[in-house]
Amino acid sequence: MPEMLSLSNDPILFIAVMLAKVLTVFIVVILIVAYATYAERKIIGHMQTRLGPTMTGPLGLLQPIADGLKLFFKEDIIPSQASKVAFVLAPMMILVPAFITVAVIPFGRDIVVGGYTVPLQIADLNVGALYIVAMAGLGVYGIILAGWASNNKYSLIGGVRAAAQVISYELAAGLSIVAVFMLAETLSLRGIVAAQSGSILNWYVFSQPLAFCLFFITSIAEINRTPFDLPEAETELVSGFCTEYSSMKYALFFMAEYANMVVIAALISTLFLGGPAGPFPGAINLLLKIFAFMFLFIWMRATFPRVRYDQLMFMGWKVFLPLALLNIVITGVVVIL
Amino acid sequence: MAIKETMTINVGPQHPSTHGVLQLILELDGETVVKAVPHVGFLHRGVEKLAEYRSYHKALPLTDRLDYLAPMSNNLGYVLAVEKLLGITDALPQRAKVIRVMLAEITRIKSHLVWLATHALDIGAMTVFLYCFREREMIMDLYEKVSGARMTSNYFRVGGLSLDLPAGFEQDVKAFIDAMPGHIDTYEGLLTGNAIWQRRTKGIGHISAAAAIDIGLTGPALRCSGVDWDLRRDNPYSGYEEYDFKVITREGGDTFDRYTARLDEMRESCKIIQQCLDRLEAGPVLADVPWVCLPPKKDVLTSIEALIHQFKIVTEGFKPEPGEIYQGIEAPKGELGYYLISDGSANPYRMKIRPPSFVNLQALPQMIEGALLADVIATIGTLDIVLGEIDR
Repeated sequence: MPEMLSLSNDPILFIAVMLAKVLTVFIVVILIVAYATYAERKIIGHMQTRLGPTMTGPLGLLQPIADGLKLFFKEDIIPSQASKVAFVLAPMMILVPAFITVAVIPFGRDIVVGGYTVPLQIADLNVGALYIVAMAGLGVYGIILAGWASNNKYSLIGGVRAAAQVISYELAAGLSIVAVFMLAETLSLRGIVAAQSGSILNWYVFSQPLAFCLFFITSIAEINRTPFDLPEAETELVSGFCTEYSSMKYALFFMAEYANMVVIAALISTLFLGGPAGPFPGAINLLLKIFAFMFLFIWMRATFPRVRYDQLMFMGWKVFLPLALLNIVITGVVVIL
Repeated sequence: MAIKETMTINVGPQHPSTHGVLQLILELDGETVVKAVPHVGFLHRGVEKLAEYRSYHKALPLTDRLDYLAPMSNNLGYVLAVEKLLGITDALPQRAKVIRVMLAEITRIKSHLVWLATHALDIGAMTVFLYCFREREMIMDLYEKVSGARMTSNYFRVGGLSLDLPAGFEQDVKAFIDAMPGHIDTYEGLLTGNAIWQRRTKGIGHISAAAAIDIGLTGPALRCSGVDWDLRRDNPYSGYEEYDFKVITREGGDTFDRYTARLDEMRESCKIIQQCLDRLEAGPVLADVPWVCLPPKKDVLTSIEALIHQFKIVTEGFKPEPGEIYQGIEAPKGELGYYLISDGSANPYRMKIRPPSFVNLQALPQMIEGALLADVIATIGTLDIVLGEIDR
């Protein structure tokens, strides 16, 4: 393998390659987000004996674009009693962490560009997994802020629920993947992928099934998807934290929800399913895994009722947290032996 | 010292889960309900007063719009009450009685389907909603076949039915009741065993038998608190005493019990409908009481006496003897009662309606006080209220 491309050995090429990677990843994520809304409506539609969108473009394929345009041209209302700065800031605070998390996800094997090795990952942080957990935690500030700034009681309850939910679940989510780090002996996602390479049996989903299940469930709670969609529980809180939002600000919340789905799907694939490993070229394997998880999220939304606020807290603290700790102990014992 | 402050939150009348225009003023401590006050009246149309300005026949379409999810039951209660007032209950032809029972039971399924759909949607199970509406569409088609309307049926008449069943209707009903138990199993498959559904409904919105009787709860809500009371069996009307059916009761008095009980009621209704199909014999569908029932159209065009009868009934109506009666029926949501007072004129002097939803709604505050906000929504759903008949 040739030398790794870095800022010191060829700065211009490095910057060009980096920009290309950032742009590619950003566009791909945006496209997935846009068409995830379409896929969700289509899939849930067919599960519910409906058809989903059919009228906008062939098979309704232009629906996401039409939705985006519609939201863009809607009047942007800021309630007169709202806290204006926080109200404007909140949608950004929720969308930005969702997107920057993608930076540490490796999406392919190393390639050679201009005589240097280039990793297919925007940034290989040595604390990559920790960074993702931190960013996921940051996203919830947007929800709390939105709930508080709207000056609406439903929004406030939604925001408070989000805060309680994230405290209950982040701990269990973080602890469940500690077992993965213990096996991989690194926090770098590139390292974790490398540790799972070789055979399909090296994937951590097989050696860490409990951690996989825990992380999967807690992740759904973190991204507020059904059955844990309490902060925006439509039939209880009207629309929860985003009740007062309209126009593009609402669109940002909407995008963030789907971006979070993509990120979590990519993260689970990376941590437990070997990331880009598989029979096809690297990025395609990863995309397939992401789509499979997103289908699962959508399927769950069509199937499950919503849990109650106190039941969710109970599960987070009294079921998942002890299980995650137990898993760490077992993994520790196995690793030492 | 901790300062405890409660938050007053206004749920409705524009809220996704208040099943119409119910307004609830909730006092919340965190998410716990300290006090709940329901406000009604946003859909008041003055049905009872409007009826006083219409002849008995012409007041019938008003009743479609009470519980708009079960229009035929409302019609049935009203025509039974007027027939009782006129004293022509025994003159009814057998075929009309059987068809009335059949359609009333189809209506029960229709009403319970909307209850299950919205109840499940409130708790977050979206798919059940659309499945239920798919089956409800079959009932809508049946409605359309007999009455020409999907919701405001106006099919029953004082003294019988407006028309006989259309050709092939029995086969459609048969196809429906053959398919329905399988569909009910589908709903059960999605909900009954689901751990989240059980946690959201078991022990929620509990009401004891004594409290239920005090408030005057009727229908499934009463039977699930352990009180075995069903007007179809205990005070039969329209020939219900001839049918073989179980009255579904539960002991727990919580939301899960009311859920399973209503599903079982739908299954029982299918059985009653099957018995109706078996009993259906050819014959007239309108009683032979010329001063009340319109003559056949063929006679109106050929005989002067029939033409005069038709003219008199349509322009003037019929005039019952002065008196007052009460007729209650077991509507899908509980006891639906009509209290009619006649002063000897062609219009009712007073029509008082006892809507089950209105009485059942009174149980809401004591069912949800101390519960969580999410339980409030589940409890509104389980009470199966319709604002059309609460506000009248």
